[in-house]
Order: sequence, then C-alpha cells, then structure tokens
Amino acid sequence: MTAPSPLWSTLTDPLVRQNPIMLQILGICSALAVTTSLATALTMAASLTAVLVLSAGIISLIRRHIPDSIRLIVQIVIVASLVIVIDQLLQAYLFEISRKLSVFVSLITTNCLVLGRTESYARLNPPLPSMLDALGNGLGYSLVLAVLGGLRELFGAGKLLGWQVLPLADQGGWFTPLNLMLLAPSAFFLLGGLVWALRTIRPEQAEPAEFTPPALGEGAE
Amino acid sequence: MNDLAGLFLRATFVENMPLTLFLGLCTFLALSRRTETAIGLGVAMIGVMGVTVPLNQIVHSALLAPGAWAWAGLPDLDLSYLSLVAFIGVIAATVQLLEMLLERFFPAIHAAFGVFLPLLTVQCAILAGSLFMVERSYTLTQSAVFGLGSGTGFALAVIMLAAVRRRLAYADLPAGLRGLGITFVLTGMMALGFAAFAQMVAP
Repeated sequence: MTAPSPLWSTLTDPLVRQNPIMLQILGICSALAVTTSLATALTMAASLTAVLVLSAGIISLIRRHIPDSIRLIVQIVIVASLVIVIDQLLQAYLFEISRKLSVFVSLITTNCLVLGRTESYARLNPPLPSMLDALGNGLGYSLVLAVLGGLRELFGAGKLLGWQVLPLADQGGWFTPLNLMLLAPSAFFLLGGLVWALRTIRPEQAEPAEFTPPALGEGAE
Repeated sequence: MNDLAGLFLRATFVENMPLTLFLGLCTFLALSRRTETAIGLGVAMIGVMGVTVPLNQIVHSALLAPGAWAWAGLPDLDLSYLSLVAFIGVIAATVQLLEMLLERFFPAIHAAFGVFLPLLTVQCAILAGSLFMVERSYTLTQSAVFGLGSGTGFALAVIMLAAVRRRLAYADLPAGLRGLGITFVLTGMMALGFAAFAQMVAP
C-alpha cells in the first residue's frame, strides 16, 4: 500500500479521522444553534467553509509580514472583514435564511474553528496546503452540520429541505413529529450520540479514563 | 427598577447563553473539567460581559448607528455594517486591559485565570451579547444589566457542569462515551432543566 500524498491527507484527515467538531471541540457553538433545519445548516456550513478557506489563504500569504505580538488582532480583523462580506451577500440573495440565522453568521468571526486553524496551521504553512487544510476542516464541519440538521428536521417536522418526507399524523399519515427535536436539548443529545458512535467505530479516539478504580480482590485482606 | 430585575433574571435563566442559545460552548466544554477553573472562567465572564456590553452600546449609539453623525452634517451616514469589527476591537482591547490591570495589581487572581483571559476575546457569548444588545436596542442601563445577567448565567452553568463532571470521573462509562460524549449528554439534560424556566416567565 503506497502512502497517500501529504496534500491529499491534509484534505481528507479532518473529515472523519480528525473531525474538528467531534475530536477537537472546535466550533460547536454555531453547529448546534443552526441545525433545526437542513437548509439553514447547509447555508451555515457553506458560509463557514468559504470564510475558513479565504482567511487561511490570506493569512498564509502575509504570514511573514504579521508581527507576532499583534497576530491575533490581525487575524481577527481579516476574518471579521470576510464575515461582513458573506453576511451582506446572504442578506442580498438569501434573505429568508439569513433572517433565521440572525446573529450566527456574524458569530463565525469568533468561531474557534476559524481562528484555531489560522493560528495553528495557516500561520506556519504556505497558501496551498493551508487552503486545503481549511477546506478539509470546513467539509468535516459541514458533514456534522448536515447530519445533525437532517436528523433534526426529519424527526422534528417530518421534512427534508422543506419537502414532506414522512406523512404527518394530522394530515392522514402516520408520523407524529417529535417537538423535542427542534428544541435545544436534543441537539446536545444527538451530538453526544454521534460522538459515541464515532468513537465506538474508531476506538483509538476514545479518551482515557480519568480515574481507574483500584483492583479489588487481589490485595484485599 | 422592576423591569431591570426582570431583564437580569431573563438573561441569567431563560436565555442562558450556553444552555439555551448554544453560545460560548467551546470554552464551556473545554474548561469545565475542574471546578476551580470553572469558577475562574465564570468570574472572568461576568467581569468582561459586564464591561463590554455597555461599552459597545456607547460605541454603537455614538458612532455607528444610523444618524449618529448628524451633528457633523452627515445625517444619512449609516456605519452599522462596521459594528462587527468595532465590537471585536472593543472586546479585544477590554480583555487586554483587564489582563494588564490584574497582572499589575492582583497577581494572585491573574495567576488563577491563567490562559482563559486572552481566550475570552474569541468567546462567542461575549460578542453575541453585544450583537443582541444592538438587535434589541437596549439603553445603556439595560445593556449593563443584560451583560451582567448573561455573564452570571454563564458562570452558573459552567460551575454546575464542572461539579457534575467531577462526580462522573468515578463512573464506569462505555469507552466511546467517555469525556466529550457524556459531557454533551449532560449538557443536554441541563438544557432540559433550563427549558423549564422559559415556562415560568410571565408573558
């Protein structure tokens, strides 16, 4: 088996093996709030991926010129400017969805995922790998958002992207919507379950136990 | 007066930042491993939110809101699209200033905060506090109360979660659920509890 080229693994690693949400606890804030329906989740995922790739490219291009002491402020200003552009674009072309997303598009600025990637990767690497790394992370984030958004919309309203997939009980079908799915707690439960499932499939990601009980029986008198 | 108390309680319980609005979850989950760090983070949140939300209210109403430059002969100027950059700047500056002041005058508290203070610059909850303030057009007093209330709510939630996680360290969990997984489930249960507060608000 030949080793995959480094660029390819830069792109694909964050999808499942190093998923930013599941493993690195980055960028969760927005992941949960916007996933009540698939359409908002996908819009959010696309906006975040765009901001991530562009900011990684820009910061990586000027990485030799940023003084170390003020690098956080420089990075945040670049990210914030990109977010403003995306926000204005959304308001111009997708007004309905942008109203549902409310402040969460602006909050991409403080999404730890963006700053985390620029700080730990784009600052130290040339533009091409940085943008690939950003794209991979953006896609990994989008994957989780799409799964969560799809599940919540399907079970919460019986719809997918606004289409009625499961016939509702009060319209002659059999499906009673689970209202809990549209509320805050279910997002946490689903994400917890997703993390559990992923770590059961890939046991090497499981965290070590914080406390190991002393072995009973052997030393007991 | 009564309104202000209601606003405080509302920001603390009903619109709890991490549990009902999912804001600031990154730090919420990452720093709730130990109770001491959770208390430090909570106090820092109260301080920073109590300062930055009113400050941003001043910045917004004096410089950025539509018509704010009317006295200079520019009544049509609307700079509100700059608010994001301005707010981030104010927050970063406040955090930096707070850190310098603490380091100079209260080194013990500064050491207790450790790395959390600079991290607060990129805390979604703090920025969201300022954005909500604009969206709901609070006055200066209201925004101060709102900032303090949101900070208190965050502190309450993170300290509670840390306390529960401390007990859980001794539980025998399935390997895949350990750490992050069970924390999500726990947060979900706490969110269920806080959802009950929403029912208690008088319309």
